[in-house]
Amino acid sequence: MELNARIPEGPLAEKWDNHKFNNKLVNPANRRKFKIIVVGTGLAGASAAATLAEQGYKVQAFCIQDSPRRAHSIAAQGGINAAKNYQTDGDSVFRLFYDTIKGGDFRAREANVYRLAQVSNNIIDQCVAQGVPFAREYGGSLANRSFGGAQVSRTFYARGQTGQQLLLGAYSALSRQIQTGGVTMYNRREMMDLVVVDGRARGIITRNLINGNLESHCADAVLLCTGGYGNAYFLSTNAMASNVTAAWRAYKHGAGFANPSFVQIHPTCIPVHGDYQSKLTLMSESLRNDGRVWVPKNPGDKRRPVDIPEEDRDYYLENKYPSFGNLVPRDVASRNAKEQCDRDKGVGATGLAVYLDFADAIERDGQATILRKYGNLFQMYEKITDSSPLKEPMMIFPAVHYTMGGLWVDYDLMTTIPGLFALGECNFSDHGANRLGASALMQGLADGYFVIPTAVANYLATTPLGSVTDADGAFNDAQQKVGDRLAKIMKNSTGGPGGKITVDEIHKELGHLLWDNCGMARNREDLLSALDQLPAIRQKFWDKVYIPGSGSDLNQTLERAGRVADFLEFAEIMIHDALNREESCGCHLREESQTEENEAKRDDENYSYVSVWEYNGDGKKPEMHKEELVFENVTPSQRSYK
Amino acid sequence: MATIDLNLQIWRQKNSDALGQLEEYLLEKISTDMSFLEMLDVLNDKLTLEGKDPVAFDHDCREGICGMCGAVINGIAHGPERETTLCQLHMRHFANGDTLVIEPFRSRAFPIRKDLIVDRSAFEKIIQSGGYVSVNTGGAPDGNSIPISSQIAELAMDAAACIGCGACVASCPNGAAMLFTSAKISQLCLLPQGHGERRQRALSMVATMDKEGFGNCTNLRECEAVCPKSISIRNIARLNREFVKAAFLEG
Repeated sequence: MELNARIPEGPLAEKWDNHKFNNKLVNPANRRKFKIIVVGTGLAGASAAATLAEQGYKVQAFCIQDSPRRAHSIAAQGGINAAKNYQTDGDSVFRLFYDTIKGGDFRAREANVYRLAQVSNNIIDQCVAQGVPFAREYGGSLANRSFGGAQVSRTFYARGQTGQQLLLGAYSALSRQIQTGGVTMYNRREMMDLVVVDGRARGIITRNLINGNLESHCADAVLLCTGGYGNAYFLSTNAMASNVTAAWRAYKHGAGFANPSFVQIHPTCIPVHGDYQSKLTLMSESLRNDGRVWVPKNPGDKRRPVDIPEEDRDYYLENKYPSFGNLVPRDVASRNAKEQCDRDKGVGATGLAVYLDFADAIERDGQATILRKYGNLFQMYEKITDSSPLKEPMMIFPAVHYTMGGLWVDYDLMTTIPGLFALGECNFSDHGANRLGASALMQGLADGYFVIPTAVANYLATTPLGSVTDADGAFNDAQQKVGDRLAKIMKNSTGGPGGKITVDEIHKELGHLLWDNCGMARNREDLLSALDQLPAIRQKFWDKVYIPGSGSDLNQTLERAGRVADFLEFAEIMIHDALNREESCGCHLREESQTEENEAKRDDENYSYVSVWEYNGDGKKPEMHKEELVFENVTPSQRSYK
Repeated sequence: MATIDLNLQIWRQKNSDALGQLEEYLLEKISTDMSFLEMLDVLNDKLTLEGKDPVAFDHDCREGICGMCGAVINGIAHGPERETTLCQLHMRHFANGDTLVIEPFRSRAFPIRKDLIVDRSAFEKIIQSGGYVSVNTGGAPDGNSIPISSQIAELAMDAAACIGCGACVASCPNGAAMLFTSAKISQLCLLPQGHGERRQRALSMVATMDKEGFGNCTNLRECEAVCPKSISIRNIARLNREFVKAAFLEG
């Protein structure tokens, strides 16, 4: 597997402009001759589909829900970063770049991250022009707030629903293109396989979720905008349908999968309350602007929070990290919460929670101000927990939230399969080993609105593409294979010989295995044991999982089973990757690699690379390749937020 | 942990062409901390292990924002709690022994696909017919070049908060999509960015609404009462004003 990142020549600040100039173009009159498939219609997919159609390409877009507006980008609460420096508090493109690459613990490519910071400003302008109702100051200018991992105020927001408003902006642009015929939209479709012809991505096989029909779609380029794989852990903040299937199919066709063990555990989620729980709910990190995190000073203190006097409280983040306080990056906040709970200082019925207290902020700014900033979050919290953050401190605990790993892509977002691009959370490109808050929205839209047009044009202009139709043999073969696999999953539909278990039971088992052994803190022994246990769980799935109904009908159990089957395979490269990386880095602590103060210890000498996994056939160990990371403009420093 | 027993009567319908009927299920020891959808998960696991077809229902984010879930519970879209989507409704709002009649969002414009799943693509058509500002990517002026007062931005945001779930249509005796349509029209007519196309937008979105088989508003306010995002019928007043103005000026 050749990993040529194709990073443009020249000084950091000129790379992107040089690259746009050097990339070949497709004449406007010729663009309508090219068909482009976009899978997934979240921020990355909707913005890419709309933009490419505006430019004249013929776009086919696919989404798993009944409308592109449902994609999980919609759930992002806090905001989107941009280097506008409207607050004149010292922000700049270079500072946003520096904060992002430092926040990612120096495991991302300089050139990509710098480009992200550059186009961040265009994103805000674009979204404003679309009518996204960003929060405003009384005078009418755009408002900002601050976020974890940064000392400037650069986050733009629309109440606690920024993701929703940005997605609806991209969705409106997409809807306009559907109306003009530039985009053909396929709702309730799930991508089941990628079709590769002559070594190039030329189409996909989808399943129509309403009637179970398998469908072939051919194109000149395929864009995967299918999000992250956090649901491998069963419980996460992802939507129920979020899955790894599209990316995993691409991997099995030869796309390298980068840093699969880089998973972000978000510090401010509502704690788990029962076995039946189906998902975890995130409370925006922006709450840490005004909330103070604390636990009782004395282990085992089970008094109610109001009964614990100030001197018996441990504001551990403020004490340990005085300069960043409650706004330390996500990994530091998560790890410290876990550490407090491990010391029996956790609160709530399960002891797996810490307090996030707004009492001081309410006293300082008044209830009205706090409600204006966080009203919808408080309401959401109260609905779920039956407790009001205005009266009692919130309880929070870390949960799987975002996956920095993803399909390996070059500077043009192309995977190791020519013609196959990956955008947004689906790729690995910009967040290194840890994503800063308000950066996911920025990256999804940067990829879709601003990066992909030049990348796709260059690919199409420089690649001789033979004619392919969806009646070609490759498509028939692929459909056959998909059909066989579905039949194999359905084989226990009359009740398996080994007894019946449900899809969720297996999924939960996998989730526990990963959370316990490949979560925030990892060690060699546990990872090896997880690797050992995995095949048995997989076998149990194929022997016992019971799927009612038929494959040629709307069958939600079958949909879930297909996704879980892929998570069961995918988990293996996740664990391999975690095993290989014997350093603490970004989101995870490798227990063998700690400083004397028990802080994470990165190992730049041996691990300053992207680990990229190549499929070698079922049942064979995947092969790892390295893309060495070169830092010419920043000096990797041990992160310190003290 | 408190638990309750429930008597569920759920609408079962194999597909759009089949006839449906209510079926009865007893569910015991449901934790009151569960969400409504988690309660349905428990029912589905039980049905699956009994070899029966689980109840099909739409859902995705399970945090009240994607707008995918929804059902009518004892005659009320999204159930008895105000400003709450079905996924955010918790079982603590029900009592031991309650009978819950669970039906899909019914409307002429929302054909039933299976059980509680309906087809809301008519909403897509309404947005496609004008729910946007026609700007291409690139070349947008600086975000701060158009000042928008905080008050206007907040009003626009109140309207933009719509999640497109369809509860408004399901609860309207006329099957009107006026609340949904007016939310988008309001957002874009309040903000200066939307002014250029406001007349065309109003005419076109209203025409699509009619064409897709939705009824008309008679100010019954049922939509507002069930809206999980408390979208106000003031937006419908704005839509009417936009429409009438446009009809005079363009018609």
